[in-house]
Amino acid sequence: MANFTRRDFLKVTGTAAAASSLTLAAGRASAAPKGKVVIVGGGIGGATTARYMRMADPSIEVTVIEPNEHYHTCFMSNEVLSGERDIGSIRFDYGGLKGHGVNVVQDYVTGIDAEKKVVKTRGGQSFQYDRCVVSPGVDFRWDTIGGYDKNVAEQIPHAWKAGPQTVTLRKQLEAMDDGGTVVIAPPPNPFRCPPGPYERASQIAWYLKNHKPKSKVLIVDPKDKFSKFGLFTAGWKKHYGYGSDNALIEWVSGADGGKAESVDAKSKTLQAAVESFKADVLNVIPAQKAGKIAFDAGLTDDSGWCPVNLKTFESKQHSNIHVIGDAAIMSPMPKSGYSANSQAKVCAAAVVALLNGDSAPQPSLVNTCYSIITPEDGISVAMVYGYADGKINKVAGSGGLTPGYDDTTMEMRKREVAFAHSWFNNITHDVFG
Amino acid sequence: MKYKKVMQGALVLTGFAFGASALAATPSASMLGNSCAGCHGPNGNTQGPATPGIAGISAEYFVDVMLDYKADERPGTIMNRIAKGYSDEEIELMAGYFSEQKYIPLTQEFDASVVRLGDMLHDRSCEKCHEDGGKFAEDSAILAGQPKPYLKWSLADFREGVREMPKKMKRRMDEVHKAKGDDGLNALVEYYASQGK
Ligand SMILES: Cc1cc2nc3c(=O)[nH]c(=O)nc-3n(C[C@H](O)[C@H](O)[C@H](O)COP(=O)(O)OP(=O)(O)OC[C@H]3O[C@@H](n4cnc5c(N)ncnc54)[C@H](O)[C@@H]3O)c2cc1C
Ligand code: HEC
Ligand code: HEC
Repeated sequence: MANFTRRDFLKVTGTAAAASSLTLAAGRASAAPKGKVVIVGGGIGGATTARYMRMADPSIEVTVIEPNEHYHTCFMSNEVLSGERDIGSIRFDYGGLKGHGVNVVQDYVTGIDAEKKVVKTRGGQSFQYDRCVVSPGVDFRWDTIGGYDKNVAEQIPHAWKAGPQTVTLRKQLEAMDDGGTVVIAPPPNPFRCPPGPYERASQIAWYLKNHKPKSKVLIVDPKDKFSKFGLFTAGWKKHYGYGSDNALIEWVSGADGGKAESVDAKSKTLQAAVESFKADVLNVIPAQKAGKIAFDAGLTDDSGWCPVNLKTFESKQHSNIHVIGDAAIMSPMPKSGYSANSQAKVCAAAVVALLNGDSAPQPSLVNTCYSIITPEDGISVAMVYGYADGKINKVAGSGGLTPGYDDTTMEMRKREVAFAHSWFNNITHDVFG
Repeated sequence: MKYKKVMQGALVLTGFAFGASALAATPSASMLGNSCAGCHGPNGNTQGPATPGIAGISAEYFVDVMLDYKADERPGTIMNRIAKGYSDEEIELMAGYFSEQKYIPLTQEFDASVVRLGDMLHDRSCEKCHEDGGKFAEDSAILAGQPKPYLKWSLADFREGVREMPKKMKRRMDEVHKAKGDDGLNALVEYYASQGK
């Protein structure tokens, strides 16, 4: 009923606003190319932007430049560590994007000339753009932990970019004797996926509980609190004896000396502020900053992240370049896959509107992060965001955490695991399908 | 039903709302709808295994559901937290958006041996409101090709009384349960699951 009214209304008025929202939803008829968009990085943010831009306006030429033939999602990579799933199940290719008419180039971007509007690659190619979208994810601050660098990370993986290091860490867990200690050193804020290290601890503990019950996970953390703190610690108590004498998970906070100072790779020892911890398997997740290209292209500020206009995600440093995902300053949104996916759609709509001479549309955003404590106990945090006064704002009353054990049932917790797996299937289909 | 109340308001508001959206405030229907795709799939077509598809959903049912979640009158693991993020006007816009999307029933495994029984029970007790074998619904839910766990959990929530069941539907559910017990309900679920594309 209401649809009829709205359609009739559109027909009758034909105002610019009405026309643009109608065509955006329906996809524009193709005509002469309206513009060229070059996207740096074919991860969650970049691939989503490419797809949604092509869906909204097939007359725009979209090129994605990405060095890897395959993308491994970080999300659900913790389930690869526990053996709950295979590395193949988190591997995706760019066939889907190509199907949407996106030009996918396998190369690494070395520079962006903001003045000439040209993207340059390691392979010696140049790409002219009208607008450029940069979604390079994170890079590591290698100078923060003594003795830990890119090369050492091959043996002592961070596994904070999924792929070969995820497999290495899994193999090390499999090779470890029962009775061993797995040390995880999470990074300081802000970093990619705030609940990630604690979900990782849960997944590894699940594996140990079933296969190496005399072992333990020791989290040596520079922070005094972390995402979903109450839910994780209650979950660890329930399933992994947290706080008891034979706990499968222990946590050393920053206040208790958890800040990592250095790593001795040979003996797999982590030197923290007060004590040192000898590990059988060591997983160091260093402090983070925006991906390298963001620095090289002059898109970062003193914080090491990229300031952007929060309606269009256009860089505050260089016009016609947009930055989204982990690399951008999107507060209060966390650095997550759902955030990057949601921001990409806003960015795509803004770029399409701008290339068509329209004004950027009003954004609406969502974030959700699921964490799986055991295969039958899942938790989540969610939030809906709007835009006003130059800022992204949480919509009052929305979002929040899964209720604690006293306020929900294990049946609902079990359903959340199935919904987390559904989220994985749906978001990856939305990005790479 | 809440739908009627919101729609009356919306009919009056539509003209103003659209005029105003160019200035600021209300995001477009596709802007709002796209943000749900991370969980419900592109255009609201789910890949499973559990989260329901919302493409092709009846606009009337959609508004009812969202308002029920918003008011905590329907149980959910996460939708109550999500629905509270939207105004009545935004919900109405999304109702239009999702009801216009083409529904693709999910392909999933099913127990072929009970599909015929499920088909029969459906025809007798459910077809009146869940039309065309559950593929279409004027003002209730699409059941054909919805993820099996979601269907099972919905039936369990209805039976346990944590989710309110329409009175006339309850009569029909009791009828099935009396005749065939839990096997009957299970056959219905397998029947709906068998209708993947
Ligand atoms: C263990 C773990 C668990 C996680 N779990 C979740 C979860 O449950 N839910 C959730 O929402 N998020 C989760 N995340 C976070 C999520 O993975 C990231 O937030 C998301 O990938 C960010 O997207 P992005 O586009 O910013 O970066 P990415 O997805 O990392 O994409 C960046 C891409 O850019 C490419 N690139 C970089 N530099 C260049 C260059 N110079 N030229 C060309 N290409 C380049 C890279 O190769 C990469 O493909 C998790 C992360 C981790 C580590
Ligand atoms: C984090 C994942 C997530 C997000 C984001 C999400 N949903 Fe849901 N949705 C679910 C789950 C899971 C259910 C099943 C009920 C529950 O457990 O909360 C559901 C159920 C629903 C239903 C009920 C379907 C039926 O058949 O009765 C509707 C309608 C719905 N969602 C609409 C939306 C809309 C609209 C949005 C975006 C504004 C949205 N959802 C965003 C996960 C999500
Ligand atoms: C008198 C009409 C009517 C009949 C008959 C009926 N239903 Fe329903 N059904 C509804 C309505 C209305 C809803 C939406 C309820 C709500 O608002 O939550 C619904 C919801 C459902 C749902 C939840 C779907 C979802 O997406 O959450 C299931 C499952 C279901 N019905 C199954 C059945 C089965 C099985 C039968 C036959 C035994 C049946 N219904 C008969 C009206 C009916």
